[in-house]
Amino acid sequence: MITDEEVDWLLSDLLEVYGYDFTDYSRASIKRRMSRLFSLDRFPSFAEFRFKLRNDEEYLKRFVEEITVNVTEMFRDPTFYKVLRTEILSVLATYPLIRIWHAGCSTGEEVYSMAILLSEANLLHKSLLYATDINPSVLEKASRGIFPLSQMKQYSENYIQSGGKRDFSSYYTAKYEYVKFHEDLKQKMIFATHNLVSDRSFNEFQLILCRNVLIYFDQHLQERVFSLFDYSLESLGFLALGSKETLRFSTISTNYRQHSSKEKIWRKIS
Amino acid sequence: MAENILSKKYKLVVIGGSAGSMEVILGILAELKRTLTLAIVIVLHRKKNGESLLVDLFSSRTSLVVKEAEEKEKILPGHIYVAPADYHLLIEKDFTFSLDFSEKVHYSRPSIDVTFETAVDAYGESLICILLSGANADGALGVKKAKEAKGLTMVQNPEDAEVSYMPAQAIAIAQVDLIVNGAEMGAIINNLSIQ
Repeated sequence: MITDEEVDWLLSDLLEVYGYDFTDYSRASIKRRMSRLFSLDRFPSFAEFRFKLRNDEEYLKRFVEEITVNVTEMFRDPTFYKVLRTEILSVLATYPLIRIWHAGCSTGEEVYSMAILLSEANLLHKSLLYATDINPSVLEKASRGIFPLSQMKQYSENYIQSGGKRDFSSYYTAKYEYVKFHEDLKQKMIFATHNLVSDRSFNEFQLILCRNVLIYFDQHLQERVFSLFDYSLESLGFLALGSKETLRFSTISTNYRQHSSKEKIWRKIS
Repeated sequence: MAENILSKKYKLVVIGGSAGSMEVILGILAELKRTLTLAIVIVLHRKKNGESLLVDLFSSRTSLVVKEAEEKEKILPGHIYVAPADYHLLIEKDFTFSLDFSEKVHYSRPSIDVTFETAVDAYGESLICILLSGANADGALGVKKAKEAKGLTMVQNPEDAEVSYMPAQAIAIAQVDLIVNGAEMGAIINNLSIQ
């Protein structure tokens, strides 16, 4: 178990040596992730853990990937996707070009879910899906579109619950323990690293999805990210958050109206 | 230990339960006095959905406020918080909640250990840590850490538990302060609260 003081040292090392600022992440979670990695990688002492992080850029990649949470699912919270499918896509369909930003997309499962929705609504050809994350290594995985076969039963159930009518397995080819999603789903995806803590807006979107990312940030950082999203969202655009996240307490909330009380989707009204 | 109990220094009770613990929790809630000054956090293993049902069910047994724990929410005395389904519930040092969708721990999300361990970090010796019936080792390590931090640890008597494995695991690895039957726990919690 790592102490609070040691957490502070690692946080300042990350900032000082690599320019990664995790100081506004929720502390209990980051401490738990660091302790977990420390025991997972079997360092004999904290000093060696710290030395490795400070001096090995390859290890930095692993470190950042492990202290951030990269657990995700396809069609996670199926009722959310059902609302996207039945209520939001028809609004997006009116635009000549649909720009969507998946902020903190991790290994991309939700981006592929969105591509499937767009494809079924016959909108994928005029859409662009920007998928960003702080970790280059998870983006690499996302861009390959290869996921474990063992997950497909769950994903298929989620897909059906979201209102999907096709055979889910028609979207991928299975080989051994993995499946590869078809290339046409990937055509409109653009993967890039983007750090919500320090990077700026890079485009305007009609839909921004950032689900289960803000729960890891403290209130100060949440507020910063909300401003970034507000700046990056067109008027009448939509912002979608995770099932336990809310815009309610944010200063931008006055410009937004919650689309439905059940799902965490807000529309920018001014 | 007797000194511990009389000192009334406690602020938070965390209760972890798995298979066979629902009736025990309902029994505890029914016993709690309206003037309770302790905050209570309940982490219950269960299926992904249906958390609002759990809050409703718990509310029907007590006049204290029962609600699902929300991220960044401040923990208030006399409130009962339920860990949401499919997230880990962490407790920060400023006595607020964080949620975390990381890997399952002991095949469980929410994991009892995750809440227990972060609660120990935040509350130390003002924590009361209670582990109930279950078929899983989740929670045992958290009980051990609570004990090491001089919190009060209470485990359901394995003979009284519908499924003895979980409380037995805690007893095996930690010097638990109290091993009691489920029916006695509500009164003990009341006595540990400031009058």
